[in-house]
Order: sequence, then C-alpha cells, then structure tokens
Amino acid sequence: MSSVAPTAGERSQLVERIRYWLPAVVVFAIGIVTWQWVLPDLMHVEAYVLPRFSDVATALWDERVQLVRGAWITFKEAVGGLVIGSAIAFVSALVLARWRPFGDALMPYMIAANAIPIIAFAPITNAWFGLLSPWSKITIAAVLCYFPVLVNSLRGLTSVKPESIELMRSYAASETSTFLRVRIPNSLPYVFTALKVASVLAMIGAVVGDYFGGSTESLGVVILSSVALSRFEISWAAILIASIMGIALYGTIALVERFVLSWHPSVQRRAT
Amino acid sequence: MSGPAVVSLKGVSKVFGKGGVTALQGIDLEVERGEFVSLIGPSGCGKSTLLRIVGDIVEPTGGDVAVNGKPARRARLDRDYGIVFQAPVLYDWRTVAKNIALPLEMLDLDRSKRAKRVDEMLDLVELTGFEKHHPWQLSGGMQQRVSIARALSFSPALLLMDEPFGALDEMTRERLNMELLRIWAETGSTVIFVTHSISEAVFLSTRVVVMSARPGRITSVVPIDLAQPRTYETREDARFFELVTQVREQLHATGADEVEETLAHDEGAS
Repeated sequence: MSSVAPTAGERSQLVERIRYWLPAVVVFAIGIVTWQWVLPDLMHVEAYVLPRFSDVATALWDERVQLVRGAWITFKEAVGGLVIGSAIAFVSALVLARWRPFGDALMPYMIAANAIPIIAFAPITNAWFGLLSPWSKITIAAVLCYFPVLVNSLRGLTSVKPESIELMRSYAASETSTFLRVRIPNSLPYVFTALKVASVLAMIGAVVGDYFGGSTESLGVVILSSVALSRFEISWAAILIASIMGIALYGTIALVERFVLSWHPSVQRRAT
Repeated sequence: MSGPAVVSLKGVSKVFGKGGVTALQGIDLEVERGEFVSLIGPSGCGKSTLLRIVGDIVEPTGGDVAVNGKPARRARLDRDYGIVFQAPVLYDWRTVAKNIALPLEMLDLDRSKRAKRVDEMLDLVELTGFEKHHPWQLSGGMQQRVSIARALSFSPALLLMDEPFGALDEMTRERLNMELLRIWAETGSTVIFVTHSISEAVFLSTRVVVMSARPGRITSVVPIDLAQPRTYETREDARFFELVTQVREQLHATGADEVEETLAHDEGAS
C-alpha cells in the first residue's frame, strides 16, 4: 500500500471492483428513474398507489422529526424483541440438546408452533400488557424470533460428528466442557444464519405490532395515520425508513458474524 | 517386560441391539508394553468396535477389559490413552496449535507448559510454522499429523489408532507410516492400530491380529519378526513378502474375500 502512483496490479483490482459493482449501480439507477418518471408519467400510476420518488424524498425531509422519533421507538421494540427472543431460544436449544429425550419429545410441537401466524396474536398481547406498553410489541417480535433461532441452534448443537464427541469422551470431558468446546462453537454458524432471519422478522413484528396500539408516535402509527389522511408519500417515507432499519440490523449481525466466525472457511476465503 | 499387560481382554463380546448383530465374540488378547499390534480383518469384523471397547467409548456386552491393570472406564478417566480416528476430527474453530493443546487444556496444564509441549509436538510431526493455520487450510496428510500430535501431546502410554491413514493416498500413507514408527520408537508408547491394509499391518507391527467377520473373532495372531527399525528397504525384504503372504492366507482362511466381495457389491448397489 504505497501513496505513489497505483501499480498495474492495484489498478486492475480497481477495475475489478468497478466491474463487480457496476450492474448493481445500474439496476439502482433504473429503479429510481422508473419510480420517478416511468410509472407516474408513462404508465399513469396514481399517487395513492405509489407516489413519485421525489415526493417521498420531500416527505422524508419535511417529516424528519416525526419519522426519526417514530423510527427510534420501533427500532427499540425490534431490537428488544430480537435480543430477548433469540437469547431465550438459544438457552432453550441448550436445554433441549443437553437432555435429548426431552428435546425429542418437544421438537414436533416446536416445529408445529413455528407454523403459527404469530402476528395474529398482536391484538391479544395488547390485552396482556396494556394498550400503551411497548412490551406487547417486544413480545410479538421476540416470539417471531424464537422459533427460527431455536430450531437452527438445536441443529447446530446436535449436528456434531460422533467422533468429535468420542474424542471428548476419551479425554474424560464433562458434559459442560463438551458443550463449551465442541457443541457451542459448532452451532455458531447456524445461530448466525438464524439471527439474520430473525432480525428481519423482528422488524416486521415491531411495525405490525405498532398497528394495534402502543405509543402514538411509533413508526407503525405514522404509517397508519398518514394513510388515513391520504398522505401516502409520508407512509412510503416511513416504510423506506423501516426498510433501512431492517437492513442496518441485518448488516450489523452479518458484521458481528464475520468477527465471531473469523475462523470459518467461508469468512476467511472471502477475506483473501 | 514383566508387570501387567497394557491391554488385557478376556472373553470380550459385543452385541448391538437386543438380540441383534453379534459384532464381537470371545475376544482374548494381551498387549505388552511397547508393542505395536495391528488389528486386521474384513469390513464388519468389529475391529473398530474392539478398539473403542479398549478406549471405553463403546461398552462390551460381556467379558473383561483391563487397561494398565485397571478397568477400561478407570483408564479412560485417568486419560491413559490417546486416540486417532480415520477422519482427523480437528475443530475448525481452533488453530493447529490449539487443536494440539486440547487434551492439555483438559488436563488443566498451565499456558506456558502447554505452549512448550505444543512446540515439541509440532516439531515431532514436522509441522512447525503451521501453528496459526486452521485445519481446513492443511492437506489431508497434514491434518492427520495434527491429530496424531494431539493424541501424543499428553504422553499417553497407549495410542489407539482407527485406520488413521485409510483416507490418504499411497505416497502420503507410506511417509506417515515411517513417521509413526519414528514417533513410536522415540516415545516408547504402545500402539493398537486398526487397518485393512495387509502390507501396512506387516510393515508397522510387532504382531498382527487377524480377525474374521460375523461374528467378529480373532482367528490368528502373526508375530512380525522383521528387524527394527523398519526402513523403506523393509518393504523389499523377502521376509516382508513371506509375512504379507502369511497374513493374506490367514485372512482368506477366514473367508474374508467372500465378505469383501459382498460388501463391495453392497456398496456398488447403494
């Protein structure tokens, strides 16, 4: 890495980079152009269906105070739900992996429970925690995160080569030691895959939870009330913010994953 | 050398499942200190199961197992043996050095002693410079050397090896055979070695135990009187060929080829 003129190798690397990102940039540009001009002007898509991009961008700026305040409330609900739901799920997975007959007995129900449309409970959780409590929404987000994290963690904890366990047995290792040294490290790639899925679910849970009550300033309520007032550009601006938060949450987990799983072949190959 | 045998098996049997397959029947075997004993036989003769019984990883259905004069379970809890599997069984999240240090960690050895021992082991298996690598960055042969280093790191008196070189190419295998013999001579340990290669068994061992399948039994024991230390020339020795022939005939007498053929057929069909 010298500060003088780039070498041929560095330049070709730059070209390589541009070539890699160019298609994505082109798609982005086409998307914006379509949103701004093609849909409203050429295809006569009405503003209540999809407002023009520049209108959404203006709303984003004009309503920034309201949007940021709402986003912060909803973001806290999503992160709270993600952390609580995933933590309980991982602990459950540890218990089920440690006492297998117990796990085998419960697993079918866990998988069945995974199919429950948890969102359907949103109005009911308000009855549990009170209409204004953030906990109803945190609960929805947490329950949504619970099952994918549980199922994946359990798979990671139990899909260990028999010889790995035999080896620990040959060292007269305790059950705890086997978990710490073999099962838990083995589960981490599975856990992170589940956390990334869960981060998206947590965001959905928090926004949809907003629709049924809680703070009147949350992002979900902003969406709901702007639709009621036919201010669709504000609704879209809020949705855009919710998406950005979702991506940020996902990205953060992916970053932590790269750090924690620095030993993993997939991470190291990407780095070199 | 007098004193109790390192491994003493009396009438050991193993049945899998209730009234199921008899994997082993009436196994009697004594292994003295410093011996290199190979178990050879067709697939399904229970040689790997027998090794696991010695290591108290599998419990026998009947018979007595003593390791260093103790019940097998006591010997395992005392960490009397090191084990090497056919697959290297290294932990991807640990570096080479930390994989080798695993048993030392289990023994609660302090950090500096651990580091010193790991360096010695890396030197022994000629992998100095690779301590910071992760297992998947190494070739199959190097991975298996790491797993041998790990098994030897805490100086167990007994080394149990379950087809450790079975998945390697012929060249690597012969080189690791030489390395293993050098390590065996240097450490003075006792080795029980499972293989299905006749020449490997003859080349390495002081005694070859021939087993038959269904049920798994010991059909004969062939003492190997080739001169020590064994060298690359050993494989060209007339006596080497005689012994290979002798072991092969013993194997054939058990109907091993028939079993191998049916197994090969089964595998081809699946």
